[in-house]
Amino acid sequence: MLYAILCYHDEDTVGSWTKEQDAAVMQKLSVVQDKLAKQGRLGPVARLLPTTAATTLRKDDPPLVLDGPYAETKEQLLGFYVVDCKNLDEALDVARDLAAANPGGAYEIRPVGLLRPGSVPS
Amino acid sequence: MTDTAWIDGALTSARPQAVGALLRYFRDLDTAEEAFQNACLRALKSWPQNGPPRDPAAWLIMVGRNVAIDDIRRGKKQQPLPEEDAISDLDDAEEQLAERLDGSHYRDDILRLLFICCHPDLPATQQIALALRIVSGLTVKQIARAFLVSEAAMEQRITRAKGRVSDADVPFETPGAVERTDRLSAVAAMIYLIFNEGYSASGDTAEIRAPLCEEAIRLARLLLRLFQSEPEIMGLTALLLLQHARAAARFDSDGAVILLDDQDRSKWNKPLIAEGLALIDKAMRHRRSGPYQVQAAIAALHARAERPEDTDWTQIDLLYGALEIMQPSPVVTLNRAVAVSKVRGPEAGLDMIEPLAQRLSNYFHFFGVRGAFLMQLGRNDEARTAFDRAIALANTSAEAAHIRMHLDRLQRDSQPRGVKAGK
Repeated sequence: MLYAILCYHDEDTVGSWTKEQDAAVMQKLSVVQDKLAKQGRLGPVARLLPTTAATTLRKDDPPLVLDGPYAETKEQLLGFYVVDCKNLDEALDVARDLAAANPGGAYEIRPVGLLRPGSVPS
Repeated sequence: MTDTAWIDGALTSARPQAVGALLRYFRDLDTAEEAFQNACLRALKSWPQNGPPRDPAAWLIMVGRNVAIDDIRRGKKQQPLPEEDAISDLDDAEEQLAERLDGSHYRDDILRLLFICCHPDLPATQQIALALRIVSGLTVKQIARAFLVSEAAMEQRITRAKGRVSDADVPFETPGAVERTDRLSAVAAMIYLIFNEGYSASGDTAEIRAPLCEEAIRLARLLLRLFQSEPEIMGLTALLLLQHARAAARFDSDGAVILLDDQDRSKWNKPLIAEGLALIDKAMRHRRSGPYQVQAAIAALHARAERPEDTDWTQIDLLYGALEIMQPSPVVTLNRAVAVSKVRGPEAGLDMIEPLAQRLSNYFHFFGVRGAFLMQLGRNDEARTAFDRAIALANTSAEAAHIRMHLDRLQRDSQPRGVKAGK
């Protein structure tokens, strides 16, 4: 089963990291990712730009375009992973590994219903 | 990251909101800062054991407020005459805590904190130093380093600025729409100053001063998060991102300036460019143009060009034309002339800058640009005169080095002819 691991964190906090701190976190996360990739379990991974760069289209009639992210929350959706796991416990293990590499915030684990890997080059 | 590094990040990011709220309670900058400082000390003790609180800013505001109130009450017992005003104000604060933490206050708190640094009596350098100290929470030592002055001098500068701000009437009432717009534009200008302080550094100091650019970007993003639909704040943020994206390509290994045309574009920071382009796209949708948006749009056209020859100079010329109307200035016309020279040749560029000669008679870039136009036209003697003047006016060694490179080229070009003439 494919699970999406959605990464939530306080964007102000992440934005306050120095370049070195940011690089150190990314380095630790890449260790976890490499392990999953070697096992053939890692799908698409994305780090999203700050929510200030976001635009929301509300599907009203006619659709309404709003500045900013859909949800105004204390913690923001900053990225996601797609990982192949047998069950929720295994997905939670992956999330725990990621959390150890990057403390603070939360991971939302959601089973994936449909995934089209697409073909855009990264 | 070490185990406690996340605490530093949380304290830094909570600072503007927490100090802003504490300032609203106590209506005194020193008390607010001290309260925040005390709350941070408690956080450093408590958070590693108990884990981070759900809302670090709220935690710091609550703890800072309680500690400061305790201090004031303790002080009060030793004084025979309590200050009635202070006491009633504090009771008020306790009752309205929940109300005072709500979202709309939070925006105005941070805006107010930024705004008091923009006091019109403060010279630009003091505004910047004050903002970096009280909003960003940089240490005096860090700020002194970025400004290339001694710690003692910076300490004095900040103390003086604080004195002026506390003598001034800080407006604590929730601002009206017009007032809020005025505050926003003053704060935007101040953030741009912080950025420029870092951006205008020469090659040998660029690395030391780069944190100023990064801090300005952080503040711009913060401001934009508070005022999500303000196209000029989008424009400002985009402008800073697009300019900073070129940082790694702007100087050679000797610290000399590398002009846009000669920069290695693979060194440009792609995520920063992507963010900047996204913001300028968003801003344009509002159809409420302004100087930051136009400047960002110009920077965006450079960023979108994969090679220098792909640059859409016609569009850049038009945008500078729009900027000339919004913000008439000889410097804007000078920049426009560069675009004009790319579209219609150096003669047209030269014609455009001739009328500026008097007003820019002490401006380094005027003579740099003039020299370059003359050189392209083969009027080498006049070019040399312009470049000599530019070197005399250079603000940094990197600027001088860049002009010297042109002079050397003129020298080389004229050499063979000189030799022939000798024969």
